[in-house]
Amino acid sequence: MRKSLMIAGLLSVAAPFSAVAQDKPVLTIYTYDSFVSEWGPGPAVEAAFEADCGCDVQFVGSGDGAALLARLLIEGKDSPADIVLGIDTNLTAEAAASGLFAPHAQALALDLPVAWSDPLFLPYDWGYFAFVYDKTKTATVPADFEALAASDLKIVIEDPRSSTPGLGLLLWVKQAYGERAAEVWSALADNIVTVTPGWSEAYGLFLSGEADAVLSYTTSPAYHLIAESDDSKAAMDFSEGHYLQVEVAGKLAGSDQPELADRFLAFMTTDAFQSVIPETNWMYPAKTPEAGLPEGFGTLVTPSKALIYDAEDARAIRDEALAEWQAALSQ
Amino acid sequence: MAGRAQPVSRTLAVGGAPAALLLLLTLGTLGAVFLRARAMGSLGPADWAAVRFTLWQALLSASLSTLLAVPVARALARRSFPGRGLLIALLGAPFILPVIVAVMGLLAVFGRAGVLNAGLGALGLPAVSIYGLQGVVLAHVFFNLPLATRLLVQAWLDIPAERFRLAASLGMGPSEVARFLERPMLRSALPGIFLAIFLICLTSFAVALTLGGGPRATTVELAIYQAFRFDFDLGRAAMLGLLQVALCLAASVVAIGVAAPSAFGAGLDRRVARWDASSRWLKAQDATILLLTAGFLLLPLAMITLRGLPALPGLPGPVWAASLRSLLVALASATLTLLLALPMALAIARARPAPARTLEALAMLPLATSPLVLGTGLFLLLRPYADPATLALPVTAAANATLALPFALRILLPAARTCEADFGRLADSLDLRGLARLRLLTLPRLTRPLRFAGGLAAALSMGDLGVIALFADPETATLPLQLYRLMAAYRMADAAGAAVLLLGLSFALFWIIDRGGHPNAGS
Repeated sequence: MRKSLMIAGLLSVAAPFSAVAQDKPVLTIYTYDSFVSEWGPGPAVEAAFEADCGCDVQFVGSGDGAALLARLLIEGKDSPADIVLGIDTNLTAEAAASGLFAPHAQALALDLPVAWSDPLFLPYDWGYFAFVYDKTKTATVPADFEALAASDLKIVIEDPRSSTPGLGLLLWVKQAYGERAAEVWSALADNIVTVTPGWSEAYGLFLSGEADAVLSYTTSPAYHLIAESDDSKAAMDFSEGHYLQVEVAGKLAGSDQPELADRFLAFMTTDAFQSVIPETNWMYPAKTPEAGLPEGFGTLVTPSKALIYDAEDARAIRDEALAEWQAALSQ
Repeated sequence: MAGRAQPVSRTLAVGGAPAALLLLLTLGTLGAVFLRARAMGSLGPADWAAVRFTLWQALLSASLSTLLAVPVARALARRSFPGRGLLIALLGAPFILPVIVAVMGLLAVFGRAGVLNAGLGALGLPAVSIYGLQGVVLAHVFFNLPLATRLLVQAWLDIPAERFRLAASLGMGPSEVARFLERPMLRSALPGIFLAIFLICLTSFAVALTLGGGPRATTVELAIYQAFRFDFDLGRAAMLGLLQVALCLAASVVAIGVAAPSAFGAGLDRRVARWDASSRWLKAQDATILLLTAGFLLLPLAMITLRGLPALPGLPGPVWAASLRSLLVALASATLTLLLALPMALAIARARPAPARTLEALAMLPLATSPLVLGTGLFLLLRPYADPATLALPVTAAANATLALPFALRILLPAARTCEADFGRLADSLDLRGLARLRLLTLPRLTRPLRFAGGLAAALSMGDLGVIALFADPETATLPLQLYRLMAAYRMADAAGAAVLLLGLSFALFWIIDRGGHPNAGS
């Protein structure tokens, strides 16, 4: 008896919403886990789109951008996804090569710091990678990687093999220093406290005082300012420029709801979607909403130069950059 | 012997069903990944470097955990003091924590900004660094010393009280007791415990990466991550998964070969009195060992609790909903674990040596199975039949049960063997079999280990992030997944609160099922 109750309980929590909206068309969106969580943009975006699409939006979250793409590649042509939302430009070449995506056919009126012309992938937000530090604890702030390496500041970074910000940092150093990248990594080695599997662990270590700075985004201080009224965090402004992370969505060629998918991509650059981004994803919206950015975003560091590899170049260079990184930090 | 042939083959068949499920979830999932891979992967020098580091840290971690567990378990087994039951139960807590929570607790004590370095700094001494091989081993000992201790206490208490009485009446001192009673017991129990811990450390990922300090500390599991999601190379991921299985089987064969069964014979379940250990020097020694161990294991837990407690009352609703889901999954997983482990333990206890060894080695496989390979393989296997997301929670319960099975078996096996050796022939001669045998002999003799195994399985399932991360949709998040989501949304204070909730719930569940960790429950 007890066991059958337990199974009934399991089933009821396992599939609570599957019976809802049976006759409405379903738009399946694959995304990363933090997008669909209660504290991410997912719930507000879903409500806003469902308000007038006459459809049921179903988000499926898995890990981060790379895990998401891995899942899609495993599923291949018969993936139930209509839209994939949440890979960044360091992964789009791999995604495009799979042949699973269809052109988005949207007008490109975006507010990005770089020109955008990708026919397959449409950006929905972006941010600059940066080292975030505590103003009350660090007085002398380095102005570039070499100054950071020469300082005795301790930093936490993410592993490029298991984390998209980690991969971003790898390409940042590579693009800023080219042939000298390995040298910069060797000089940084004694500043690196440790390398974590993902952003959450790294940021947690920084906040608990294990390091003076952490690889995150220039927008991270906005969270502390807006949600916690704490203005002690800031991002270091590096003169080499800062590497960009542009997060994109794409429509699958095999989608059984192509019109609905097009409608969602069009919706993605409207205010209803874009105004949710700053205070849930803590990134810059791809198209600034009419009402502007939330107060607090104005106080953030704006890098003088935006760095980013072309999708194809990023794919071509990352193995070499990884080998340099591994060799420099393994000594 | 001819009279026993039938029941033995039937027990083997009953034990074979769980073994088949186990094979499906371990080798089957690996096979699914292999099949999906278009080309066979090849392993490069970096992979072999990862294998060397993985083996080395696992060897160090398992050796230290088991060696340190011997004096701790001896002290716990031969002393009684107020709060002993609670201490034994609390010792189980590190083992059931999600990795990231435990790492944060360890860093609060041993990290750059931790209590230890603050103390050293105040005394004018140089700081120590946890990051590197030493940190990886420290964390693995933190996780596994309690497990080793708990299993060893059990083994110590399985020496019948009559043997200690006899030793006392023969005037044996501590060294003779060690030679005639304790060492044979250790020879039979330690290899299995060592093996279990060695295998857990073999698939270490987050601990090795976070505390390892950089790419020097690359493990095989991290290489699998890289293959899956950096290189998108399923073939290489599968090759690495196969390598883990091979290492697991090799280690199992060695460990099972080294173990020699102890032969103490049956006892009358009297309370153990230890006349041999009553000297003041030995009492002081045991007290020191217990204090040091409790400090090492409980201080990080106390730091986690202190940090998280303020945020606990204000935790958002979804976290509480996730707790309920996690509790249900944990109970289902614990039930399933026992349903799988008991028949396997009985089958191994009754079978002839060769099939028994094979079954025992097979049962260790889940420990060496990469969670990432298991999750991906399950996903590939289920996809043709159902939407994996709607099966998220049942699949999580099943996967957690599989992962808890090796521990449950380690706990049940010694008792099952003793029960079979002491009472098996009597039961056979009375033609006691089937359910009657289970009700009258097996369950009463195995109550203590069954409760311990069930509690451990439930708690392990509570704390496991595992496969749920590959399957979950917004409505099926478990508590560990919500904890990670809070962290990913910058809400570190709430995440710390959720960690306390998780710790509290896991521990309560473990306590209730294990009934206060009463190691003397049989007496």
